[in-house]
Amino acid sequence: MRSVTVVGASLAGLSAVRALRAEGFEGDITVVGKELHLPYDRPPLSKDFLKGDVDAGSLALSEPDEYEDLEATWLLGEGAVGLDPAARTVTLSGGRELRTDGVVIATGATPRTLPAADGLAGVHTLRTLDDALALRAELRDGMPRVVVIGAGFIGAEVASTAHRLGLHVTVVEAQEVPLERQLGRDMGRLAAALHSDHGVDLRCGTGVTGFSGDRRVTGVHLADGRVLPADVVVIGVGVRPATDWLIGSGVDLDDGVVCDSGCATAVPGVVAVGDIARCPNPFTGRHARIEHWSNANEQSRTAVRTLLSGTSAAPPATAPYFWSDQYGVRIQLAGHVPAGAEARVVEGDIDSRSFAAVYEVAGAPVAAVAMNRPKLFNRLRRRLTPALAAVGS
Amino acid sequence: MITVCRIEDLPPGESIRVTEGVPAPVALFHTEEGEVYAIDDTCSHQDASLSDGWLEGCYVECPLHAAFFDLRTGAPTCAPAKFPVRTHQVSVENGHVLLHVSVGEPA
Repeated sequence: MRSVTVVGASLAGLSAVRALRAEGFEGDITVVGKELHLPYDRPPLSKDFLKGDVDAGSLALSEPDEYEDLEATWLLGEGAVGLDPAARTVTLSGGRELRTDGVVIATGATPRTLPAADGLAGVHTLRTLDDALALRAELRDGMPRVVVIGAGFIGAEVASTAHRLGLHVTVVEAQEVPLERQLGRDMGRLAAALHSDHGVDLRCGTGVTGFSGDRRVTGVHLADGRVLPADVVVIGVGVRPATDWLIGSGVDLDDGVVCDSGCATAVPGVVAVGDIARCPNPFTGRHARIEHWSNANEQSRTAVRTLLSGTSAAPPATAPYFWSDQYGVRIQLAGHVPAGAEARVVEGDIDSRSFAAVYEVAGAPVAAVAMNRPKLFNRLRRRLTPALAAVGS
Repeated sequence: MITVCRIEDLPPGESIRVTEGVPAPVALFHTEEGEVYAIDDTCSHQDASLSDGWLEGCYVECPLHAAFFDLRTGAPTCAPAKFPVRTHQVSVENGHVLLHVSVGEPA
């Protein structure tokens, strides 16, 4: 293999370039990025960056020295629109075709939108630096009334930041309990309480039926008939994997790029990493995409080993991990919370919003959650049992 | 110089965060091998307290993003951290852990 094209220039793409060089690959590396920016860190976009505490420069994931060492060619500002495995080409939106021996798919995901909001100014999603700049500008323009649709992690972080900016914030969540699927019912209720702790109005079990406003949004219509006045609306209702450019390529697509545990796709010489890759996970036993920063950071090593060796590499059986900062509380979760499982607090207490807890299957800890207890959390995280082993025990 | 604690209050494998008498929080570590090290407590990447991190030999893993720092030099050994943290002199005398905070540039 003499050339590799990495499609996607965010954390997973950069990690793939690093992994290629770390594994001794000396051939040509080309990175294709739809955005004009070199890789930057997305988590602060809903937190410190949105609030205005840090600038775009501080988000850079790498430095000039490292870029020089990596010796990759960065083609930025133009996305990929096609992959032809037989011809070994990646086609860019401007029509250019890149010849390549290997391909790393790292195009991530795109926020879901609500069709009723199409074309309305003041309605935002948040994924990219440009998204965050646009939203930040509007949050700082006067004292807008902000409605956040979706009380997942992104929605909750945006609500928290808008609240800290002194704005009037309402959060609308379709489910009765936010984050129940991710955290279980009890912890989901606690996540809901973080909003009310700070006087942010959270409306659960309420769908959004439409929007008022001519060119610019003025209100959000709820399924119960009420209308929430709004100057700025943020839609945080999840993402869909950015697979459109792969339709017809022969790569198997089904809620992401279907991969084996080593990130190999159905097409030899093509691997996938990060939010877009749907791999069987040796820790959780699930064949699901993992939209975590830590996964994008670490998975590339497995994918690159697979790509360079031609045989599927074994991934580390570590628990998926992510964190969320909201209302001054740092939430950390490792492992996958099985349906119906509830957390058992092992230290601290829920009322103080400072505790660490585990979720157990057949007496074995398969997931851990903490609020403001990073030290114990990291110890618990290392003691977790892979879900399959827990079931078998 | 600051007297932080008695050495038995910082057993091997443990860490402590010092906030009083220092310009910025300092993290002290007592490794399983018996060495005591001090570095800046705040991760050079993003806001996290390294004294909450996982101690492995003479390295600490940031509790938030898993960047590793060498306690001897303050240098990060892997992404996402790009910059070192400062190291500080620490000694154990008469059973007391003494911290001499350096004001120099990062290592």
